[in-house]
Amino acid sequence: MPVNYIHPDYEVIRNPDRCVACRACERQCANGVHEYLPDAGKLVCDDALCVNCHRCVTLCPTRALKIVRSGNTYKENVNWSGETINELYRQAGSGGVLLSGMGTPKPYPVYFDKILLNASQVTNPSIDPLREPMETKVFLGAKPRTVARGKDGRLQNNLPPQLSLSMPVMFSAMSYGSISYNAHESLARAAEALGVLYNTGEGGLHEDFYRYGKNTIVQVASGRFGVHPQYLNSGAAIEIKMGQGAKPGIGGHLPGAKIIGDISRTRMIPEGSDAISPAPHHDIYSIEDLRQLVYSLKEATDYRKPVIVKIAAVHNVAAIASGIARSGADVIAIDGFRGGTGAAPTRIRDNVGIPIELALAGVDKRLRDEGIRDNVSIVAGGSIRSSADIIKAAALGADCVYIGTAALLALGCHLCRSCHAGKCNWGIATQMPELVKRLNPDIGYMRLVNLLTAWRHEIKEMMGGMGINSIEALRGNRLMLRGVGLNEKELEILGIKHAGE
Amino acid sequence: MKRVYVNEKWCLGCHLCEYYCAFAASGEKDMARALKDIAINPRIRIEERDDISFAVSCRHCREPLCVKSCLTGALTAQDGVIAIDGERCVGCYTCILVCPYGAVSPSENGAVQKCELCVKNTGSPACVKGCPNGAIVYEERG
Repeated sequence: MPVNYIHPDYEVIRNPDRCVACRACERQCANGVHEYLPDAGKLVCDDALCVNCHRCVTLCPTRALKIVRSGNTYKENVNWSGETINELYRQAGSGGVLLSGMGTPKPYPVYFDKILLNASQVTNPSIDPLREPMETKVFLGAKPRTVARGKDGRLQNNLPPQLSLSMPVMFSAMSYGSISYNAHESLARAAEALGVLYNTGEGGLHEDFYRYGKNTIVQVASGRFGVHPQYLNSGAAIEIKMGQGAKPGIGGHLPGAKIIGDISRTRMIPEGSDAISPAPHHDIYSIEDLRQLVYSLKEATDYRKPVIVKIAAVHNVAAIASGIARSGADVIAIDGFRGGTGAAPTRIRDNVGIPIELALAGVDKRLRDEGIRDNVSIVAGGSIRSSADIIKAAALGADCVYIGTAALLALGCHLCRSCHAGKCNWGIATQMPELVKRLNPDIGYMRLVNLLTAWRHEIKEMMGGMGINSIEALRGNRLMLRGVGLNEKELEILGIKHAGE
Repeated sequence: MKRVYVNEKWCLGCHLCEYYCAFAASGEKDMARALKDIAINPRIRIEERDDISFAVSCRHCREPLCVKSCLTGALTAQDGVIAIDGERCVGCYTCILVCPYGAVSPSENGAVQKCELCVKNTGSPACVKGCPNGAIVYEERG
């Protein structure tokens, strides 16, 4: 094929009656879609450059812009969809692996949307959270099985280190490098204001953010970037990242172009060198090896910090979690396949892993069956979109959830899935100073606080409706859930009944 | 007194403040109708060079040189807000010459124009409300 032409996916539609040629669209598009023609006194656009991030649409003061599907179509074919054909052409032209940002957009079932919540009627009356106390506080960490007493009969404190959260939500791991300084600052400040935790991801901790230490989870991943004793001791907990929901089984690659200045210093690697996280930890090939790392990190922090092990939801997740629960880890974080990423090979993102709902239910059941559920807390992540998802996750057995994509949306992300291009018009997934400054952390942190405050209210309302007054009493309470449109096997794995039963 | 302050660190150079200013002064209900096919003459202006940009508008100085220099008393300080009475202005432009910030400019009708904190139109500064990044703020700073 001599010509490698792919028609643009989107068209930017400008209403000429409303456009006042203020050029905000032109100035705000890092992709160069809009161009002002001084002679004609009007703006034109090149649709082929548009990533559909909606920056121009949102800032246009006269609402003159909208972005629509271009509608260009190949001969209709369910098997060979237009997207499939275009991806094939792209690869035939480039010879490269397809890359994507954020979570998979493919139409896999979203089990959260097929689960309904219970509410009290007549008996077991519902509770009004505006009038009665309602607890959303959670503690993450291993819980002791026995009450220990000293020789004098007094209770001994045998409680392993715990994380205290005002509500069962944490910001999931997003490294400094994959997201901007201002995005990190927004997350850190919001975590502090809310009494929850954010996660450094695998990029080390910028020196400016050590002061948010008590609200920080410091991550140790396969590349070990930015890990040193002070780093480990600066956070509230340490997370060992074994896998990520969006790209189970593979590592990461932050291009050298992004390893500049602060990022190079924070990651402790030379400027301009690629930051390559290997697929496995090269010192972990078994649960016993994992145990060694867990205890190395505990040793390095005087056994004062809980250790989280994060894994991607994969086929044998329950068995893997069982191993982790015996490894000395305090918390298991499970990341479902709809989870986001700054960049992943498209085929991996769209085809590897399993839904978080099934993984979570499976892990919770397995750990209960084996009598080791109290060894660990469970954190569920991978596309938690609302307070209802949190309630459902809690009832399926989660102690807490991780939100990543939802947090970025609050910061302005419009899910254009072009993070890997590094030209995020919202100042999130970019290191270009003129783009980074578009995210003012004073605004960003407030929007995160608003979001979680709203969710906290909703969580209380939903719990109150069920007649439950603490999130810990909801955990694993599958009687509060009913499935709709699920088959027997799905219901069995989720451990819930069908609606009407 | 509350004043408009500018934080260059967060200014994106999008120039939207200029358009919100012009719209607020137009008295029209719809921005497209107000500003379509005209060259705007706003009371706030973006200064920019290379990567740096920031908005400049009247500082509402405590000792306003423009008021002191005004021949006709068209410029006055009213509760700290430096106001312009277009009826009294003779267009001598002395105020434009003396303003150290370049915040006074000629208008279409011969009189000078300047930021009056939108007290005569929308009530609170439209540039502040329209700034997408909190780079222009309206606050008390002592």
